[in-house]
Amino acid sequence: MPGTIVVVAEHTGRDIHPATWDAIALAQRLGPERLVAVMPGAEAVGLEAVFDARVHELWLAQHPRLVSYSAELYCLALQQVIDSLAPSWVIIPHTYQGRDFAPRLAARYGRSLIADCTAVVHDGAGLVFTRPLFQGRLNARVRAVGEMPHFITVQPGCYGQDYAKLENVALRVQRVTPRLDGVLIRAQGGPPQRAAHPSVDLTRAEAIVAVGRGIGSAANLEMARRLADLLGAELAASRPVCDEAWLPMERQIGSSGLTVTPKLYVAIGISGAIQHLAGMRGAGTIVAINKDANAPIFRVADIGVVGDLHEIVPALIQVLESRRDA
Amino acid sequence: MKIAVCLKQVISPDAPLMVDERAGWIREAELPRETNEPDLYALELALTLKDTHNGEVTVVTVGSEHAAVTLRDALAKGADNAIHIVDSEAFAREPLQTARALANTIGAGGYDLILTGLQSTDFGHGQTGVMIAELLDLPHVSMVVETVLEQGRLRARSELEAGSNQWWDIPLPCVLTVQSGINRPRYAGVKGIMAAKKRPVRTMPFAEAHATPLTASLSCEAMVAPTARETIILLSGAAPDVAAQLAERLRAVLGH
Repeated sequence: MPGTIVVVAEHTGRDIHPATWDAIALAQRLGPERLVAVMPGAEAVGLEAVFDARVHELWLAQHPRLVSYSAELYCLALQQVIDSLAPSWVIIPHTYQGRDFAPRLAARYGRSLIADCTAVVHDGAGLVFTRPLFQGRLNARVRAVGEMPHFITVQPGCYGQDYAKLENVALRVQRVTPRLDGVLIRAQGGPPQRAAHPSVDLTRAEAIVAVGRGIGSAANLEMARRLADLLGAELAASRPVCDEAWLPMERQIGSSGLTVTPKLYVAIGISGAIQHLAGMRGAGTIVAINKDANAPIFRVADIGVVGDLHEIVPALIQVLESRRDA
Repeated sequence: MKIAVCLKQVISPDAPLMVDERAGWIREAELPRETNEPDLYALELALTLKDTHNGEVTVVTVGSEHAAVTLRDALAKGADNAIHIVDSEAFAREPLQTARALANTIGAGGYDLILTGLQSTDFGHGQTGVMIAELLDLPHVSMVVETVLEQGRLRARSELEAGSNQWWDIPLPCVLTVQSGINRPRYAGVKGIMAAKKRPVRTMPFAEAHATPLTASLSCEAMVAPTARETIILLSGAAPDVAAQLAERLRAVLGH
């Protein structure tokens, strides 16, 4: 029976990062006696209330040096909290920030992370976590072994808002001040900068045609563009296409780009790496065209076509054109 | 300037994957291998820094005997030295074990800069680079998309979520994990390929590099292919038939 579980809550100072709720949902499934959300930062004003009935305790690790994020400071602060709580599990959102500090923190305890978990179940013998391999083409079932605490990172979006309301639990808020005075910090971060103002806003598009590496070449974008025109859709892409500069970064869908929720999302030659799915799985109807029947995109698709996009897409354009002309 | 780049050889991302349940791993014997794509951007960054600021680039890998190809490719592109931590069990290593073997090996080399890719395309743990920083007590910046090196001081821009980013001032020596797509990895020329054949590759067994007893944090019990959504509508047939069915469904969704 897990005693104390720590969940690291990520925030921007104004908002809780939604991946925090995935981490809490997973932590609840471990059946903790004492679930403690730990929020490092300065004065996170008014954020406490949202943790009520979701966790037993909220620990606010406050220090002026924690106003802006730094892996070195976060590790020092969290280490002190972990040492005083002695948890059996430490659960961290698998966000950009989590991926930046969690490996350092785990290594400090001589542990590897079980990273990017999407689910956990009890199987009688204990807890079994699911995590993706080969960019989602396989899933691994993994157990934690060795000394506690175990360190887990949780894939954003895996549980969504699917956490329980804890009955008869009055949230206890604890303020702690980590000892960070006089600590030498080597990497110094500037203020986060927003990307340049985009010339299109794909987040408002009703329909999106998105292309992936399977499109093969920049020249083949023409047929995707034609299809998008016929559907009244915007053209978008997964990261590899933008890395190749076939389309501008402002049209990139996924965790490092945009999150979109159009009525229709047509994914052409996109295998569906987790980073891409994070940006589009909230779309209304997802259509996937891919030659690999095992591509992870088919796990989120509503309509699937297993086949050669270089045959299917031109044929589809032909049908739509003849309809329009008729 | 002395730069170390950690490289990993992986099964090619498009290779057909069949799980070998007894071995707890995929049937990899016949599968094509390649250098982990994210690591190629780290290597290119190292070679570019060497071109501009002089210095030498050492590439290091933990891998089976197959991984020697990855080191040869890097030498052919312009890396100066190569270290192969030979490990027939590389596929079963945990991030901290791999990181410790790499940190022990690199730590003794007096490097100014240690570069890794952001994560591997096979396991995707995404931990090794940051753990090397911790084990060597060095600062790090992760998901680096741009670097500026002036007068021994490094500035690195890291990618944040949703298109944001942040500049970091970081003293050398340090560790950077490099985001994919930040440069155009070069190809090896014929001259480079010929020269690389003559370069020595230093090898050492994994146990020697790791040096301390192994501790485990996780045990992989099974690997399974994810199943398609149960409610998925799969369209099949010749392209024109599929296209006609699909057009119908798209029209229904869009209402026009």
